Amino acid sequence: MIESPMTPLSPPADTRPDVIVINDVSKRFVIRKDNSLKERLVTLGRLGRRHREDFWALRNVTATIKAGTTIGLIGHNGSGKSTLLKVIGGIIDPTSGSVSRRGRIAALLELGAGFHPDLTGRENVFLNAAILGLSRKETEARFDDIASFSGIGDFIDTQVKFYSSGMYVRLAFAVAVHTDPDILLVDEVLAVGDEAFQRKCLDKIRSFQAEGRTIILVTHSLGQVAELCDRAILLNRGNVVFEGPAHEAVAQFRDILEERRIGDLSEENAGAPVEVPRVVATTVHARGKGVGERVEHGDDLIVTTTFHHPGLSPEWFGAVQIDNSAGQVVYGTSSRLLGMNLSRFTGEWTLQFTLKDVRLGTGKYFVNISMMDESGRHVADAPQAAAFDVLYYPRAVGTSYLEPEIVELGAAGASR
Amino acid sequence: MVVVGAPSHVLRGTWSSFRELLSQREMLDLLIRRDLKARYKDSALGFVWSLIRPLTQLAIYYVVVGQFLQAARGIPDFAIYIFTGLTAYSLFSEIISSSTGSIVGNAGLIKKIYLPREIFPLASVGSALFNFMIQFSILVLATIVVGKFPLTPDLVYLLPSMFVLVVFALAFGLLLAAVNVYMRDVQYLVEVGIMVMLWASPIVYSWSMVRDVAGSSPLLELYTNNPVTLAVLGFQQAMWLGGDGTAAYPEHLMLRLLIAGAVGVVLVLIFHRVFARLQGNFAQAL
Repeated sequence: MIESPMTPLSPPADTRPDVIVINDVSKRFVIRKDNSLKERLVTLGRLGRRHREDFWALRNVTATIKAGTTIGLIGHNGSGKSTLLKVIGGIIDPTSGSVSRRGRIAALLELGAGFHPDLTGRENVFLNAAILGLSRKETEARFDDIASFSGIGDFIDTQVKFYSSGMYVRLAFAVAVHTDPDILLVDEVLAVGDEAFQRKCLDKIRSFQAEGRTIILVTHSLGQVAELCDRAILLNRGNVVFEGPAHEAVAQFRDILEERRIGDLSEENAGAPVEVPRVVATTVHARGKGVGERVEHGDDLIVTTTFHHPGLSPEWFGAVQIDNSAGQVVYGTSSRLLGMNLSRFTGEWTLQFTLKDVRLGTGKYFVNISMMDESGRHVADAPQAAAFDVLYYPRAVGTSYLEPEIVELGAAGASR
Repeated sequence: MVVVGAPSHVLRGTWSSFRELLSQREMLDLLIRRDLKARYKDSALGFVWSLIRPLTQLAIYYVVVGQFLQAARGIPDFAIYIFTGLTAYSLFSEIISSSTGSIVGNAGLIKKIYLPREIFPLASVGSALFNFMIQFSILVLATIVVGKFPLTPDLVYLLPSMFVLVVFALAFGLLLAAVNVYMRDVQYLVEVGIMVMLWASPIVYSWSMVRDVAGSSPLLELYTNNPVTLAVLGFQQAMWLGGDGTAAYPEHLMLRLLIAGAVGVVLVLIFHRVFARLQGNFAQAL
């Protein structure tokens, strides 16, 4: 196992005990179209089968999770990750197969599940803590911590229906993190709240990691997975596609997303015979390497793109932009910025951009191509016309890459 | 390692869910409190409302059935008689109706968090018992006011009667709560059933009236051995002094109650297995 840079202290995986064993789990959902007693009776028996549809949310999922690891469950919408989390949490039973686990489990599938709007904050703290497995005495001992962590002050004795949504979530999270689980299941709850609150959540998750607890995280934020998780399980249509180090799972997942996107695009373009200016083809590769090979630091990136203009083109500029997987602009340049005047053309015309000495962080990047007229109006766009991957560098995280070096200067003041 | 989800072996399954429930006593306690606290929150009269309904019922039955239809003639202390029956019956009906809705009503919790799901019908039993206690103390107060406090050996009938009511209500509550998740028609069916059951037990009329009409036929046996009828009769035997010496009760009432109690326990076990089988899909059916 290659260790991710954020968790260098974890011991080798094989020596740790298993806490969760998922053995050949399948889950079938039956979608029925007859829901009332009358309809059931009418469609009883053979007829009834026509009114139901099977949907396999999970198929033959097998996995073992070691104590003290943080596992990310990733996959696109409907791939079965939340279902798997619910099966592990015992909230739904699998159709076949079994899940065994060790230790106390707390499921954070939704903050404030079980809050009753008519009860006060104090009463809800006790209720919610009991739901998450704390006894009354334990809750009493932690009550002051919970109240101060949530920061809602005197409102603790107000009915929670009068709380702002922020107070509600803060109180719920305060209760959740003060329970003492061995296994924590987290489903997208980190996506709510403001930035400060999210940071608080992440800090708490890190301290859980440091205490050696097992965390299973479902999230759409691949950055979070790469940052927090040791390992990840990639699900696609209910099947485990990949299980292994988090950054490899993330890279694979991006490939799947990319394939889907290209599939969607070619469908869209199928019925568009009208002649408009467009970007015909774009390739990206490192100098001396083939298309699709991973880009290393120091490589020169070569973007070749062909434009098509039905009549004589106006005065124009060509632009290239590189986005990371989160859609953030990492880099952009154009012939206008370089002070170039491009020739006017009819039919097809090819430009080649050379971007020297690439030092980007690990991950997948997308190349956008635009053709603009003199006033800066976009004549033709090709968003995500091509993509490339940057090799995994274990020494740093982030979008850009700077070669790190650390020197110990000893006690503060001594060397100044 | 613990296998997640309900084990399928019949006896061991029941035993392990029983143990799990035992370990969740505090949770049960909190849920009952939540039910009770939330019910009359923000209402000016609060718990008084839980008394207004049975007292209104009492007034209606006393005036309409007792005076206009003249049922009170053959039944001394008619008000006490009706209120005894109503107290017993409202325990049964409240457990049934609130536990039927308990799983659907707690959908938010069930979909997000694992708890032994039996806890929700059980919480309904708890809050119904609390309301019963209030109503029962009113009944005791009333007997004292009338000067006929039932300090007789017949008080012993109270225990098996209550047991029969709670056990049968719990058994059907478990079954109906689980089935209601899949077919919401059940909750309306229960409303109708509760209305029918009220009149199928000797609450506003006396058992001897039924006997006079039916004679000692199997039909009478069928009527009498309805567990709710038995429990209501047991309550009247214990709490209603007006009928001593004059009122008729079926033979071997105590024995019948004990048999009904045993049948009820078996039903709880069977319906709990049904509940356990159905609960695996609660989270997705809700």
